[in-house]
Amino acid sequence: MIARLLHGVPRHAFALLAAVLAVLVAAPVFANDYVLTILILILYSAYAGQAWNILMGFAGQLSLGHALYVGLGAYVTAALYVHFGIGPWVGMPLAILISVACGAIIGFLAFRFGVGGVYFAILTIAFSEFTRIGFDHIDWVGGSSGLFLPVANYTRNDILLLRGQPVMFYYVILALTAVAFVICHGLLRSRVGYYWQAIREDEPAARALGINTFRYKMIAIVISAGMTAPAGVFYAFYYNNLFPEQTFFILRSIEIMLGPVIGGVGTLFGPVIGAFLLTGLSEALQELLTHVGLETPGAKRVFYGVCLLLVVMILPNGIWPPIARLLRLERRDPET
Amino acid sequence: MMTVAMYLAVVLFARFHLDPLLMMLPIAGLLFIIGYVMQLVVINPFIARPEHSQFMLMVAVAIIIVNSLLIIFGPDAQAVQASYSFDSFALGPLIVDATKLYAGLAAILVASALFAFFRFAPLGKAIRACADNYTGALVIGLDVKKLYALSFGLGAACVGAAGAIIVLIVDVTPPLGPAYTLLAFVIVITGGLGSMPGALLGGVLIGLTEAMAGLFFTPSAKSMFAFAILVLVLLFRPQGIMGRKLS
Amino acid sequence: MPALLEVTGISKNFSGLRAVADVSFTVPESAIFAVIGPNGAGKTTLFNLIAGVFAPNTGAITFCGDRIDGLRPDEVCRRGVGRTFQIVRPFPGLSVEDNVTVGALLRHPDPAAAMRRAHDILGRLDLFDKRRHLAGALTLPDRKRLEVARALATEPKLLLLDEVMAGLRPTETDRMVEIIRKLNTEAGLTILLIEHVMRAVMSVATRVLVLHHGAAIAEGAPEAVVREPAVIESYLGVEAV
Repeated sequence: MIARLLHGVPRHAFALLAAVLAVLVAAPVFANDYVLTILILILYSAYAGQAWNILMGFAGQLSLGHALYVGLGAYVTAALYVHFGIGPWVGMPLAILISVACGAIIGFLAFRFGVGGVYFAILTIAFSEFTRIGFDHIDWVGGSSGLFLPVANYTRNDILLLRGQPVMFYYVILALTAVAFVICHGLLRSRVGYYWQAIREDEPAARALGINTFRYKMIAIVISAGMTAPAGVFYAFYYNNLFPEQTFFILRSIEIMLGPVIGGVGTLFGPVIGAFLLTGLSEALQELLTHVGLETPGAKRVFYGVCLLLVVMILPNGIWPPIARLLRLERRDPET
Repeated sequence: MMTVAMYLAVVLFARFHLDPLLMMLPIAGLLFIIGYVMQLVVINPFIARPEHSQFMLMVAVAIIIVNSLLIIFGPDAQAVQASYSFDSFALGPLIVDATKLYAGLAAILVASALFAFFRFAPLGKAIRACADNYTGALVIGLDVKKLYALSFGLGAACVGAAGAIIVLIVDVTPPLGPAYTLLAFVIVITGGLGSMPGALLGGVLIGLTEAMAGLFFTPSAKSMFAFAILVLVLLFRPQGIMGRKLS
Repeated sequence: MPALLEVTGISKNFSGLRAVADVSFTVPESAIFAVIGPNGAGKTTLFNLIAGVFAPNTGAITFCGDRIDGLRPDEVCRRGVGRTFQIVRPFPGLSVEDNVTVGALLRHPDPAAAMRRAHDILGRLDLFDKRRHLAGALTLPDRKRLEVARALATEPKLLLLDEVMAGLRPTETDRMVEIIRKLNTEAGLTILLIEHVMRAVMSVATRVLVLHHGAAIAEGAPEAVVREPAVIESYLGVEAV
């Protein structure tokens, strides 16, 4: 299995990846709490972006409603914890299951009725907005006034209940991101991955090659939704508060896709690079603005917008492909 | 774009005490220019790109505009107090706010002007031809690029007029823009893309649904029903209620 | 020879327009069967009916003894019918070898095995040296051969070729004719092709069906068909002499 995953990966690419991972693992040793917080933010968006990328980047179906799965993951585990004291790792499978079910329903409706392209995107918005307003009215999860997890000053890290200090959260999200990366790598190399790309490139042609496009699009949305849910679990236990207004909001969905779009849709490294650049740069900008005494709430978002505009206009495939060429990381011949 | 217009109206009113309804035309004119230029500079190179790419572009532009407004005007709501703000008329058993009545009349005026333009003016017909068949329009010698920019400017102008009208009724905050954009989307897709009667019907349908839902359930859940209608329309009649069948 | 594909009395209407009208024919195993006819005669519609893009309004399509009309395109392909498109549509963002691998995955679920199979096919179609190129960057003749390669990778019993020679220069056409003939004789593949290039049809086809206004007006050996008055009048007219 491992041998298969490594098949055809250039050796220096592997070395580079190992080096990056080593730096990230060692980061808490020399990073202060502020830097750690930013790294957590970066890894979080890299993870969520990676999950979104499966649906859009691999299978070509534009989802603008991924906040739905984040929100479901967050609310399910948080509610179980608040009401019954059930830990997040126990709640997570259920959260994933519910996300998967929602993804399956949306996918079934959309793909069975042939809703594609921008119409599919609008459908996903409709579903996530629908859920957002719905959650406003579920008192069990606090409705529009929010759901709060008990906060205390934790001195000990309790990994089982996900209660503790930033360092613990850092390693959790790092592990999630690494696992997501490996899963995506494996998917891309599998039969499913090839079929997704064929569907993304030209659906009728894919069908003529014997691909049941409905089935493979369903697989894509189900995996993508299921992988997004843990991001919500992390969100809930890291921030300790949930508001439908924020968790399900359409801007959340847009933020999820910014990383991959800027990094490179459909590439493995795109979501990661995009998250590092976007979050890293915008935090640096905010720091700079605070230093010169210009604290404005919208500055970060304007920066997001400008980044997105520039990348979409100048590098329609994102910034990863040119970097990959520079580092000579294209796939090699399996025989050599 | 709508919020830009709303803020324009608010600023003009606050500075010079100009009535938003009177300012409707100048604001629309200004937005026409902004829209025209923006289309030519930013959007035109994207005509041939895939849909999601164009969509991202619009998202980027929207993010920039909304948050620039946030920086300039701050997150607090701003409102206009016209001299007739507290007047009302009695229409039979109904009592109507003067502001709402004026706003409604102005909206009807703009909509009919637009309808007439697309139905009867040669330019309006040319724009419809472009939308119908890009290549065909090129072949018969229409300057498609200019027409695209023109229609974008026109769209911006209408939105500008709408913004000027609605400040009479609603307080302005930056996040209002995306909310209205979403609502417009829902209405147009429900009614049928490219169909003016469809947009009207969609507007009435969505408006009625929200009002009824607000009455029978709770007002804050009313948009849920609008989205439910959108989902049903997308699934069973993706071209919209009044739209022509897609090939 | 037993019949591989049997089409009986199929019709297809598009909102009033009769694109294919009561067409019947039989393609025997290991034949090269050509469908010719002027533009708008219903050739591509006929192909789409066989390949499962549309279901016929009336009639039946039988392949290897089973009804295939009404099946989805992917199901038809799985039964053993490969096809190309008139306007070539390779996956432009994928490399040449990945394009063919996608096809090969149908019979070889393991990606490595599918890739080996793809390389094999690319070698036979003179595309092996370009296997790393992006499909979108190929020239038209290369793209046409890639399209054939991709269809072949699904290991069909019947290959539908939709104007694979249209737009090619004479030397390229000869190359394609050579490939088609080789596939037929060496691999025993049955081929159903739509073609405009008469020279190619005459040299390669064992049997010809002529469509006009959606209806079959003649069928037989190529030399016989071109001499039929109805065919000359409707289609060949000036050109054939």
